[in-house]
Amino acid sequence: MTKIWMGAVLAGSLTLISCGGDKPPETAKTEATAPAGGAAAMPDEANGGTVTGKVAFAGEKPKMATLDMSANPACERAHKGSGQKSEEVVVNENGTLKYTFVWVKSGLPADKQWAVPTSTMSLDQNGCMYKPHMIGIMTGQNIEVKNSDPTNHNIHPMPTVNADWNESQSPGQAPMMKTFARQEVMIPVKCNVHPWMRSYIGVVGHPFFAVTGDDGTFTIKGLPPGTYVIQTWHEKYGPMEQTVTVGAKESKTVDFSYKG
Amino acid sequence: MHQTHVGSVLRRYAVVLACCTFGLVIAGALVTSNDAALSVPDWPFSWGKLIPAMEGGIRYEFAHRATAFLVAILTTILAIWMRTRLAWTALGLVLAQAVLGGVVVRFVTPVWSTIAHACLAQLFFAVVVAIVVNLYVGEAGGLPGGFRSPAPVVAAVALFAQTILGAAVRYGVVLPVAHIAGAAVATILVMWAALSILMQHMENVTLRRPAMVLLTITFSQVFLGIGAYMARIVYAAAPQPMPMMIWFSVAHVAVGSLAFGAAVALAMIVYRQPRSEAAPVNGGIVIA
Repeated sequence: MTKIWMGAVLAGSLTLISCGGDKPPETAKTEATAPAGGAAAMPDEANGGTVTGKVAFAGEKPKMATLDMSANPACERAHKGSGQKSEEVVVNENGTLKYTFVWVKSGLPADKQWAVPTSTMSLDQNGCMYKPHMIGIMTGQNIEVKNSDPTNHNIHPMPTVNADWNESQSPGQAPMMKTFARQEVMIPVKCNVHPWMRSYIGVVGHPFFAVTGDDGTFTIKGLPPGTYVIQTWHEKYGPMEQTVTVGAKESKTVDFSYKG
Repeated sequence: MHQTHVGSVLRRYAVVLACCTFGLVIAGALVTSNDAALSVPDWPFSWGKLIPAMEGGIRYEFAHRATAFLVAILTTILAIWMRTRLAWTALGLVLAQAVLGGVVVRFVTPVWSTIAHACLAQLFFAVVVAIVVNLYVGEAGGLPGGFRSPAPVVAAVALFAQTILGAAVRYGVVLPVAHIAGAAVATILVMWAALSILMQHMENVTLRRPAMVLLTITFSQVFLGIGAYMARIVYAAAPQPMPMMIWFSVAHVAVGSLAFGAAVALAMIVYRQPRSEAAPVNGGIVIA
């Protein structure tokens, strides 16, 4: 009898062994660059190096699913029956990828403090979609979260390094200002009222980052001369990296290509 | 004993509570499966109101909260009515579950709290089932007999461990393979418990029925688990929870509760069988 009990306990224990879960997207767990007063540097766009490039997409263009917004008539009305497609993969007309985060992953002087932009990034909830779908900000930079919809939303970023929060925003409610203190690439943002709503925020401790748009290109200006690892991150296709060396006033092209 | 003299009203009331609790488990599964757990960011109010606007995920979360409130009230009444250890345990569990639900919302789903919330729900359901069984078996006049077999208890423990693993898989703490392996172990243990009873007490309706029910529910649960897993694979790239995925997951959670409840009920019935009824007949095999 004792053996039976011991066997059962052992079996139970074995099944309880943790096997590790889904890993978060590429996350840089570095401390934030503090928005130091006079010591903080600005990118020297006149004399610094520039890295430009495009994020191409090779392969068959994926068909994005039409979002089912029937859970909320206000959301359905916003799209007038045309049907909003998922923005997970948006291939531009020129065969490039939209919504790819591009940033300098490493190579910058470790001890350099970068000034936090005073400009505010906007994250709007419009048509029960996040607009834009992806943004990049510096640590400590303000994000203005707005609700332009006639319906309720909750904003729930899911960081792994920064503090977690979840707040409601009713129609007509004043925009809320939010910041993230630590570098984290990327932070998914979701609305649990409308589970199809998803956005991504790239939080970087320096100002050298970009998000590809309708032409799939990016430009990172004002880099100090040096060798850098440039990383791209796409929500479906993940990260890619390339190393580039730029000198003062020099411009280099770094192209990436994702396969579908 | 107090339970043996309670009236049919109390028994029916306990059954109603068990049904409401099962409804609460389904409501909770609907919240998770629809990814709506944090659609109401405040607690105990909902969007600062008693009744929020019913839209999107808020409908599921608020329905879950309202059902939980009803179950808490019903459990409080039952505890005051019965004044037994089990009833007080049920009340303690439902209150703890409410607080844990608040923790999930206020502290933005720490993984430990969400898993604990899912598991405590099953534990509470099992305690309510135990109360119902206690009332009915007690009324039937059976006196507590000797403890003959650990099999139903082991099966119940295994099924509860599966609940923990299922919740852990859902929240990404363990890989699905652990839950699948656990399912195999739990199914074997359930078969051990149920088949040994059927082999020895086929003529005893009080034992045969719950054993058959446990077997049937457990096998259904295995197929639902396969369905839920397949649905997750098929819709892995879906931009939102898909109906097939939702319904398989909800059914898997609900039937999982029933399996756990059935195992607890069987264990209690076996435990409460008078010695003369549970003793092996015609040279049958002694349980365990």
